[in-house]
Amino acid sequence: MIKAILTLLSLAILWVLMSGLFKPLLLILGAVSILITYFFMRRMNKIEDEPITIALKPFKFLGYCIWLLKEIALANWAVTKVILSPRMPIRQNLFSIPHSQQGDMASTIFANSITLTPGTITVETEPGYFLVHALSFSEDDLDALADMDGHVAAIEDQRYFKTPSYQSTHEKVED
Amino acid sequence: MQAMIIEALSWIFIISGAIFLLIGAIGIIRFPDFWSRLHALSVCDSAGMILLVLGMMLQAGLSFITIKLAIIGVFLFITGPTATHAVANAAFMSGNRPKSYKDDKQEEENA
Repeated sequence: MIKAILTLLSLAILWVLMSGLFKPLLLILGAVSILITYFFMRRMNKIEDEPITIALKPFKFLGYCIWLLKEIALANWAVTKVILSPRMPIRQNLFSIPHSQQGDMASTIFANSITLTPGTITVETEPGYFLVHALSFSEDDLDALADMDGHVAAIEDQRYFKTPSYQSTHEKVED
Repeated sequence: MQAMIIEALSWIFIISGAIFLLIGAIGIIRFPDFWSRLHALSVCDSAGMILLVLGMMLQAGLSFITIKLAIIGVFLFITGPTATHAVANAAFMSGNRPKSYKDDKQEEENA
């Protein structure tokens, strides 16, 4: 019941933010569309009733977003230099990167962060590692991506996972 | 005075965003094959998009439009890399393999 009220309330807030109009006809139409959306959501839950847990630490996640923006800016500059330089120093490479996140949410964030930073794209996901394509590959990229992996693993809330966290294989190699 | 600073700042954002879009387009034309072109596109996707949305938010001021722009920015932040991954994965699945730099070196040695 609380869940239903919260869902309806958040849909209503979203509608008000998106429209910003308060004429009676539009308010009725908005209410109707909220109810229809809620009806669809209920029906979809019947097919797949597995709630998605967002196992993230909210403040650490915000910090990660700021860190990611900085990384994106740096990577953008690097790719811009490659595009504009007359010789175009492309050094393509396909390599695998182990990931140490436990939940689907965090590993999705890691894969999307890799793709979001220009110069690297996640091509394929396998259990335990990602296949990454880099534009101008250097050995430092492996360390940079392992660093990012650590950052994403740090925003995960371990309380949601009962199994003890396993060490990333990349760290073992370094030892 | 304050309005002027915001105006100037927003135009700096919009123009630099447009420049990044242009650079991405140049990269798509200049780069040699499919895989490197994907990387050129991601310059448009990240820097161009972020700067343009920021500039437009400053233009709009504090209003509903700013909130909408913020929501658009967040969605593009999530859907952009997902779409890029989908295209890259489709190419990989259909057997399109990128050239690795080791192949390049071997070709140079053979030539």
